Amino acid sequence: MTAVEFKHISKQFKNSAYPALNDVSVSIEEGEFVTILGSSGCGKTTMIKMINRLYESDSGDIFLFGRNIRDEDPVQLRRRIGYVIQQVGLFPHMTVAANIAIIPKILKWDKARIKDETDRMLRLVQLDPDEFRDRYPAQLSGGQQQRIGLARALISSPRIMLLDEPFGAIDAINREMLQNELKAIHESSKRTYLFVTHDIREALKLGTKVIIMNEGRILQYATPNEIVENPADDFVRNLLSTAELKGGA
Amino acid sequence: MFEYFSKHFDMLMEAFLEHLGIVFSTLLISITLAAIICWFLLKSERATNIVVNVFSEVYSIPSLALFALLIPLLGLGNKTAIPVLVLYNQYLLIRNFMTGMQNVDKSILEAGTGMGMSKWQLVTRVQLPLAMPSIIAGIRLAIISTTGIATIAATINAGGLGKILLSGLRTMNTYKIIWGTILCVIIALVADTILRLLEKKTKAYNTHLQTSWLLNKRCSFE
Repeated sequence: MTAVEFKHISKQFKNSAYPALNDVSVSIEEGEFVTILGSSGCGKTTMIKMINRLYESDSGDIFLFGRNIRDEDPVQLRRRIGYVIQQVGLFPHMTVAANIAIIPKILKWDKARIKDETDRMLRLVQLDPDEFRDRYPAQLSGGQQQRIGLARALISSPRIMLLDEPFGAIDAINREMLQNELKAIHESSKRTYLFVTHDIREALKLGTKVIIMNEGRILQYATPNEIVENPADDFVRNLLSTAELKGGA
Repeated sequence: MFEYFSKHFDMLMEAFLEHLGIVFSTLLISITLAAIICWFLLKSERATNIVVNVFSEVYSIPSLALFALLIPLLGLGNKTAIPVLVLYNQYLLIRNFMTGMQNVDKSILEAGTGMGMSKWQLVTRVQLPLAMPSIIAGIRLAIISTTGIATIAATINAGGLGKILLSGLRTMNTYKIIWGTILCVIIALVADTILRLLEKKTKAYNTHLQTSWLLNKRCSFE
């Protein structure tokens, strides 16, 4: 089944000389871990923020599991989509448990279920529930905060996760660990992940497929192997050479 | 001096309670009005700046002049006094309310919206609690300012402690002036102290966290 389909999506921001997205069409199958790679300003973040309607397109349609997202209430739509951002955005006045359970609480799950699921999520992101449940975000390291960010997005088991450079501000060692954990979580769940990054190694390592973008267009959408072996054009070839991945990885 | 107080206890108490009444009803109306205005201002920072600027101009009009201007429209007494006091408060309240709301980290709001919180849920569960210290600071300033300006409302027959002060001035009765002042200061100081404590309490999660985080860090080094 197709998870996300972009049909001729264009978007131009005010005060910007060129479009953030220029007639983008792409179709993403359910269960893929798609990394979206490009330099800043290439439209990669715009692309995923359109799926949960934080941005609206100027023209074109986006279908999520076959339904046009325009026909849905944005708030209801977002509750079915996991969303993780680089700045994490934990609520500083709430404990870790309250942060993770915010949407379940709004949806009025019963207390026992909220508690069970919160603990299960904490274990999923490798944090001991007894130790971390009652902490506040300011008492966590950057890596731990992003783990909570992930747990918060995963608790309602969304069919699709949008991750906007989630590990961009995390040190190399923790980033490596988080990447491996995220990959394992994806593999055990078989949900669809869209993961924005500007780090080519991260994109090739995590993605079952990779989208390479430049100036609001998709240059190549293929598996990491195909991209390394058959770069679509000079831009992609240059990108690969910056990471010294030319000729196999 | 204390003899004067016990002798005129009834008169002083009456004025004191009247004054409290003016301050309290002014506050109730001002906070409600400011909250409603702020709800609409949340959408636009530009509109906020304009509104805050307009109210800061109003705030700079001398109260005596504003009372005089409004007497022909609203008449003497509380009918004029309370609207004027409410008007003055709007500057202090809206400025502080909006600063608090706007200072909430944008990424926190983006995460909340992106997860599927409605505007109302985001405001009540995230923005308001985080803005609370600034909101309470605004209310604190409003109480102090209202307590002061309300004395001038006595000139247009609104009663309260201003009545005592004015008649003290007219008759050169020092005791009256001193007791009127002391009672005013009591209102302002008590309100100030209580609200400062509240302000601290709403900020508690912040400071307490930082210290415990530092402690944690230290432990992990040892």
